[in-house]
Amino acid sequence: MKFALTVNGKARTVEAPGDKPLLWVLREELALSGPKFGCGQGLCGACTVLLDGEAVRSCSTPLSAVGKAKVTTIEGVGATAVGQRLRAAWVDLDVPQCGYCQAGQIMSAASLLAANPRPDDAAIDAAMSGNLCRCGTYHRIRAAIHQAAAGGTRRAARDGETGHAG
Amino acid sequence: MPAETDRRFVLKALLAAGGALAFDIELATAATGPAAGPALGAFVRLNPDNSVTIIAKNPEIGQGVKTMLPMLIAEELDVAWSAVRIEQALVDPARYGPQVAGGSTATPTNWLPMRQAGAAARAMIVAAAAEQWGVPAAQLTTAAGEVSHAASGRRAPYAAFAAAASRQAVPAMATLTLKDPARYSIIGQPQRGVDTPAIVRGEPLFGIDTRLPGMVHAALLTPPVRGAVLRSFDAAPALALPGVLKVIPLRRIGEADAPIDALAVVAESWWTASEARKVLLATWDNEGRERHSDAAFAAAAQAAHAGKPQVPVLARGDAATALAGSARQLTATYTYPFAAHATLEPQNCTARFAEGKIELWAPTQLPGGGAALIAKTLGLAPGDITIHLTRAGGGFGRRLQNDYMALTAAIARELPGRPVKLLFDRQEDFKLDFFRAAGFHKFEAGLDAAGKLVAFRNHLVTFGANGKPGRGADLEATVPAELVDHADLGVTVLETNVPLGWLRAPGSNALAFATQGFLDEVAAAAGKTLPDLMLDLLGAPRSIAPPAGSRSPAFDTGRAATVIREVMRQAEWRGATPGRGFGFYFSHRGYFAAVADCRREDGGIRPVKVWVAGDIGSTIINPLNAEQQIRGSVIEGMGHVLSGLKVPIDQGQVQVANFDGYALPRIDVVPEIAISMVRSDNPPTGLGEPAMPPAIAALANAISSLTGQRLRTLPYEPA
Ligand code: FES
Ligand code: FES
Repeated sequence: MKFALTVNGKARTVEAPGDKPLLWVLREELALSGPKFGCGQGLCGACTVLLDGEAVRSCSTPLSAVGKAKVTTIEGVGATAVGQRLRAAWVDLDVPQCGYCQAGQIMSAASLLAANPRPDDAAIDAAMSGNLCRCGTYHRIRAAIHQAAAGGTRRAARDGETGHAG
Repeated sequence: MPAETDRRFVLKALLAAGGALAFDIELATAATGPAAGPALGAFVRLNPDNSVTIIAKNPEIGQGVKTMLPMLIAEELDVAWSAVRIEQALVDPARYGPQVAGGSTATPTNWLPMRQAGAAARAMIVAAAAEQWGVPAAQLTTAAGEVSHAASGRRAPYAAFAAAASRQAVPAMATLTLKDPARYSIIGQPQRGVDTPAIVRGEPLFGIDTRLPGMVHAALLTPPVRGAVLRSFDAAPALALPGVLKVIPLRRIGEADAPIDALAVVAESWWTASEARKVLLATWDNEGRERHSDAAFAAAAQAAHAGKPQVPVLARGDAATALAGSARQLTATYTYPFAAHATLEPQNCTARFAEGKIELWAPTQLPGGGAALIAKTLGLAPGDITIHLTRAGGGFGRRLQNDYMALTAAIARELPGRPVKLLFDRQEDFKLDFFRAAGFHKFEAGLDAAGKLVAFRNHLVTFGANGKPGRGADLEATVPAELVDHADLGVTVLETNVPLGWLRAPGSNALAFATQGFLDEVAAAAGKTLPDLMLDLLGAPRSIAPPAGSRSPAFDTGRAATVIREVMRQAEWRGATPGRGFGFYFSHRGYFAAVADCRREDGGIRPVKVWVAGDIGSTIINPLNAEQQIRGSVIEGMGHVLSGLKVPIDQGQVQVANFDGYALPRIDVVPEIAISMVRSDNPPTGLGEPAMPPAIAALANAISSLTGQRLRTLPYEPA
């Protein structure tokens, strides 16, 4: 079947079965490998993308369910100011360890900040607990979200920091 | 795994095309021998624009080595870190020495040779400048990739001397003076991960992101019972599905001790391949493997504990007599389950086989092992195998086993000329893991009338084959065995059909829980707290040699006591407090102590704060990454103790299929983590693992003190 999608601001047409998960459409048909496969069942958040600004698990979203919604992936999130600030904060605080979960983390954070521009720790935890980080980078994820929310300043970023090696 | 610094290297300088100065450093070891021939490319390249390209030789799995090793070279080369570009090396052990991510070995093995290599290259550039300017080399200084001559005010970028430097004699290592650490501008400074910008842009970096022209995809169907043999299948219904290209039976492929049978479905799309597995109608012969079950293991362990250990590990003094004669005896059994790695990036590999040669793209921690396994699986010569290292989405020891590379190679052989990517789905990733062995410890302790520990026994019922413990399943002589007069350690080995593997801080992650838990009981019986008991046991600062034949390093009781005192100070330890626990452990050459505070919340238990104190020597090479490694270790430790890193085995089957059955810590449960590093006058050692074992012990002991019920089985499960 043919589907017309809007992905990262561009019109794309894909030929694929309607029950093919959006994740595999993005990774295989559209060569967008930023969204990651972690569990395939909505349990880890590695595949998170935005549909009309809201975080969804693309592994559990069939292509046929996308409809006219605008799809944003990690590759395109920099087109918004929030996305840019998130990426910058992630780099500034060096959030990733292995990095595999981070695309999903940033997309969930983008969805959170769109709905709640100044989340506190509890709001961050609630919005981000569907995103597993096997390496345990959670302190910096929290700090980076605060930093992006504050417009990119370091002070807020250190709120979530609790200790320093060395 | 070699952990010693038996490294030597050969430095060659040559002028490469375009005027770049290439330093070719062959890091061979006695074990791998010298490089077979002239190497392609260069380890360190000084480019005409004065930027420097450094090869990152080891696999990057999130431990930060791709950033850390080049930092060592750049520091002594004396260039600005911002001028450094980093490229991932191909796999070539003859050239780079062992390319391994495991055992926290990268720092101890590379600390000296990497800095020497940088210093030698710098010395050749300085010699060239001295020659060109007609001044003594001793009058020249360097900084940020420039040579300066103070007396004449002359300065020039390194690149200006590329041609002349390439003709200089390579200095003898003995003549090199390494930098005074007080002058370090890269080492010891927080440096961001070199791939971080690409990660936040979602660029393809990981094994799973490999994309080659004409590539097809493979998914695996494996039997419910690990190791079962493929009896029959029907490929026709799968082949009738659109996009399915081939069904390939695989027989006895994988690591030598754990070969598997499987069906590989190859399709245009991985999702298509994955869906097609459902219609394969495969049948399997279990050949009795369904007799392996947790219940049977527990019963066998109990029976074994009634007798003597099958294999003695250590005997000092006369533990039996000392126990019998002691004023007070304690005995307890500690157990922990099988545990999986659950790297967030499932195992995968891409390969292209053509004309008797194979090229692979693999997120592996041990590419040399992968090459050897592929050579054996396909009957190829090592020279016919090329391996590209990709970034790995976590390792934790899982990728020290290269079964997925062998499986991919076997599939690629059936598709000559066609690149194929094999990706495990999450269930296969759990099913095909190499597990941290479960274990059953029977401890006995004897205290004298004054409450001093005089005798200690530990009988570990573990897993392996033919009386030999499997990977990471051995019993090491650990505190307090080497600190009491009468000690007796031994193991009994059970068999299981699930293969064993190295899980972050192998052995130590389990032994820390069991031994420090039992010692916490001993301390209470003696009317002390565990850190005080530990300090008593450690006694005066001294070095304790490992037992004969052991590959472990010596144990420095002074370093141990220092980190214990440091964590007590940080956490303001004031005797027994409900909800508070302590743990110490020495592993991977790192001395770490932890204190954890837990409280009850929402019907469960929640760690509120964890303090960690550690000593890994004189230098924290990259503090930004060090902090992450330690926090990650504490959080993974929480997974062992509280969240439930537990893989039940029932009738030969792995009872975990996805993350809903294997609870890893999430952002909403992480505690505050306070880190304090003690510097000691020792060469720096690794940080990927040693902080985790004591955190596990501290969390477990905190739960015991909170509930008043001794936690002797991991993970904690609320009654
Ligand atoms: S891959 Fe989609 S939630 Fe895990
Ligand atoms: S950084 Fe490795 S899973 Fe999050």
